Amino acid sequence: MMSERVDCDVAIIGGGTAGCAAAVHLRHAGLSVILLERDRCGAAASGVNFGGVRQQGRHPAELPLARRSRAIWSSINALLGEDTEFEATGHLKLARSEVDMADLEAYAVVARDLGIELQLIGPNAIRADYPWLGDKVVGASLCADDGQANPRVVAPAYARLARKLGANVREQTTVTTARRTGFGFEIEAHGLMVKSRFLINTAGAGGARIGALFGEHVPLEPLMPNMIVTEPLPFVATRSIGVCGGDVYVRQIKRGNVIFGGGRGAGDWTEWRSRAATSSTGPAAAKLLDIVPSLAHAHIIRTWSGVDSETPDAIPVISPSATTPGLIHAFGFSGHGFQLGPVVGEILADLVTAGETSLPIAPFKIDRFDRTSDDTARLRAQTQRYSG
Amino acid sequence: MSKVQDTMVVAVIGAGPAGVRACETLARHGMRVILIDEALKPGGQIYRQPPEGAERPGEDIYGFEAAKARRVHHVIPALAERVDYRPQTLVWNIDKVGKAYRLDLLRDAKLQTTTVDRVIIATGAVDRVVPFPGWTLPGVFTLGAAQIALKSQGVAIGQRIALVGAGPLLPLLTHQYLKAGLKPVAVLDVTAISAKIGALGGLISQPATLAKGVYYTSKAWLGGAPIRSSVRSIRALGTQRVTGLSFTMPGERTGEVACDAIAASFGLRSETQLADLAGCDFEFDSQSHQWQPKRDSAGRSSVLGVYLAGDGAAIGGADVAELAGARAALALIADNSGTIDLREVAQLDRRLNRLATFRRALEQAYPFPTHLLDNADDTTIVCRCEGIDAAALRQSVRTQEPREVNRLKAFTRIGMGRCQGRMCGHGAAEILARETGVSIAAAGRLRAQPPIKPLPLTAALTSVERMGER
Repeated sequence: MMSERVDCDVAIIGGGTAGCAAAVHLRHAGLSVILLERDRCGAAASGVNFGGVRQQGRHPAELPLARRSRAIWSSINALLGEDTEFEATGHLKLARSEVDMADLEAYAVVARDLGIELQLIGPNAIRADYPWLGDKVVGASLCADDGQANPRVVAPAYARLARKLGANVREQTTVTTARRTGFGFEIEAHGLMVKSRFLINTAGAGGARIGALFGEHVPLEPLMPNMIVTEPLPFVATRSIGVCGGDVYVRQIKRGNVIFGGGRGAGDWTEWRSRAATSSTGPAAAKLLDIVPSLAHAHIIRTWSGVDSETPDAIPVISPSATTPGLIHAFGFSGHGFQLGPVVGEILADLVTAGETSLPIAPFKIDRFDRTSDDTARLRAQTQRYSG
Repeated sequence: MSKVQDTMVVAVIGAGPAGVRACETLARHGMRVILIDEALKPGGQIYRQPPEGAERPGEDIYGFEAAKARRVHHVIPALAERVDYRPQTLVWNIDKVGKAYRLDLLRDAKLQTTTVDRVIIATGAVDRVVPFPGWTLPGVFTLGAAQIALKSQGVAIGQRIALVGAGPLLPLLTHQYLKAGLKPVAVLDVTAISAKIGALGGLISQPATLAKGVYYTSKAWLGGAPIRSSVRSIRALGTQRVTGLSFTMPGERTGEVACDAIAASFGLRSETQLADLAGCDFEFDSQSHQWQPKRDSAGRSSVLGVYLAGDGAAIGGADVAELAGARAALALIADNSGTIDLREVAQLDRRLNRLATFRRALEQAYPFPTHLLDNADDTTIVCRCEGIDAAALRQSVRTQEPREVNRLKAFTRIGMGRCQGRMCGHGAAEILARETGVSIAAAGRLRAQPPIKPLPLTAALTSVERMGER
């Protein structure tokens, strides 16, 4: 079969928020771009996540990026020409024990050093200010600047903007192979042969497989969230809510539906198939009712999952290749990439156009993982897990 | 007894004519069967039994079909402990676990799971809804709901009622309401009389059924409720609730009646979410104008161990459902090295073939009324759960560029509400197809997501009882 040939400056594999945002910024820089998306832009982790736009609770290494991204979120509707339903409702992280409260206090100090103000709320204030929270909540930390948005519309809106700016966005186009050549890269996909000077790998849960084509090693594991939504209910949850430990999270959208998650879904990530797991839904519901007891009469109308992935240390890879010049990676967002997507697009474009970024991305280097499974397991065990 | 029959557990989902006959056939062959059904008693929608205290003679409820209804009703009680019958139980999810299937159940506001080796899905059908202006006003029902009110409770949906349809249920229900002493103020068929004449050749293949159709239609005429055909468009009138129905006829003719209730639906739609969750492949059937799970003539789906029977697989009516239920059960037994009577198989196949000819003619006589959606008013609500109108869908198509209905769902929330798109999914796909110029098949179908019906949040708290697990 004769395949279509495309020559361009930059090829992007993966049409999540990061990949689509990178395409937008690269077009602004005047480079020619092709974006290859296996399914539809935003169909995987970018589109099915909880919709939290939070800085609070992140690994400190992510906070400078999250802070810059939050600035983009302020004007994202104007940028994209789309109502993303972004709202700075604040993010309230709940303590359900004294130990939790001590963790929140310690985290607030770290966050302040990085320019993020958190407001600690003690047991009396939490009752007064949030009477709808359950008795198990003993305190909280509020990041008033954080918020929430509709994940289903953000990446597709970036993709449309990229296309409008002249990017060649190809959906339902699965990459079969990619290689370095003397001049750049050759990428084969679905009747397409692409030649590019740069290659960006924003393939999400497929990111490690693309990396492996260039000898990179990232021990990625599947991560499928367990997401649940109720019918529209009278408005109670004024903030987006997380807990210490991250075992449940909840927000109520303007039309009244309560969206919550907890535990893991199930599926086959190699086939990009996933579904909420019945065994996770019960415990998530129990934890939800502990923190918002008035939802006891609600009905679950839908559950879903999606294919995301996590690294052993639960922070992403955002890194030039360790093996191949011109190749740049951003994947493995470990369940909390939605808020970061816009800034990662900027970083990727900077790495292409200037070879560097002003944001500190050293912690996200791709060659930080050892090649033996023992070492990976040790890293996984030693990692302090951050959560919203 | 052979090894297969000793160890294998089969779940039959749905206790309508298909599920009941499947159960009977499996039990007769010594299989272990769990029959799960949402209703209190067997019979499905077609042979729905009235609740305790509202019993009436079968002839009053089922008319010509009373004897068939009685026979279906008696099957499960007669099987007694040979079938594990679980009424008032919703299967809200189905998932493949290794070679077995886990069914997630809701019973008495508690969650249960049961794991089985094989599944026969006989989930029946529901009225096909087409959005029209005013259809969400209080006082608008489906024909099926109007029939259930009559069958189950012996009540009418209103005092002055208008009936609108595109299928054989229209003359039947008209007849049933007349018999109950209530004359509809209007009976409107949105399909053309010419379609019925064109279909006569096929309809004659079941002369007794055709005669019943003619009988109902003529009784309607004689009873003073003539059926008007070829209706082009309808609109429910009223602000707080229905006060009237206006309609247009060919040649710019219009009509309007005052009424306090409207029953309107347009044929039947297979309830396919469980087949979808089980992983069955689907295809668009242009004759019935709907998506159907693929199956062979015996009822084997594309998924090993999952069988489909009755209106839940493809609309065929109660007689087909009884035969198809038995046929699928025989296929299941044969596939698992059980011994079956090949003469029984041949006889079932012959009868199913004859009925298929009739069904094709019926689809020809009552084609899906696509014209109702051709000029769907912008303000017409398409998805009543989420309150999404045609204008919002068109706006999304123009600006967000979905080319397929699941994408339209992601952008607009169409089909994300309580009904999970069972009612609105098709209408949304029709509008998408018209706006984009793609075929209705290319516009796709909404993928099922569990739970297929809403679950009380507190039910999810109940410790999951494990039943039938090995």
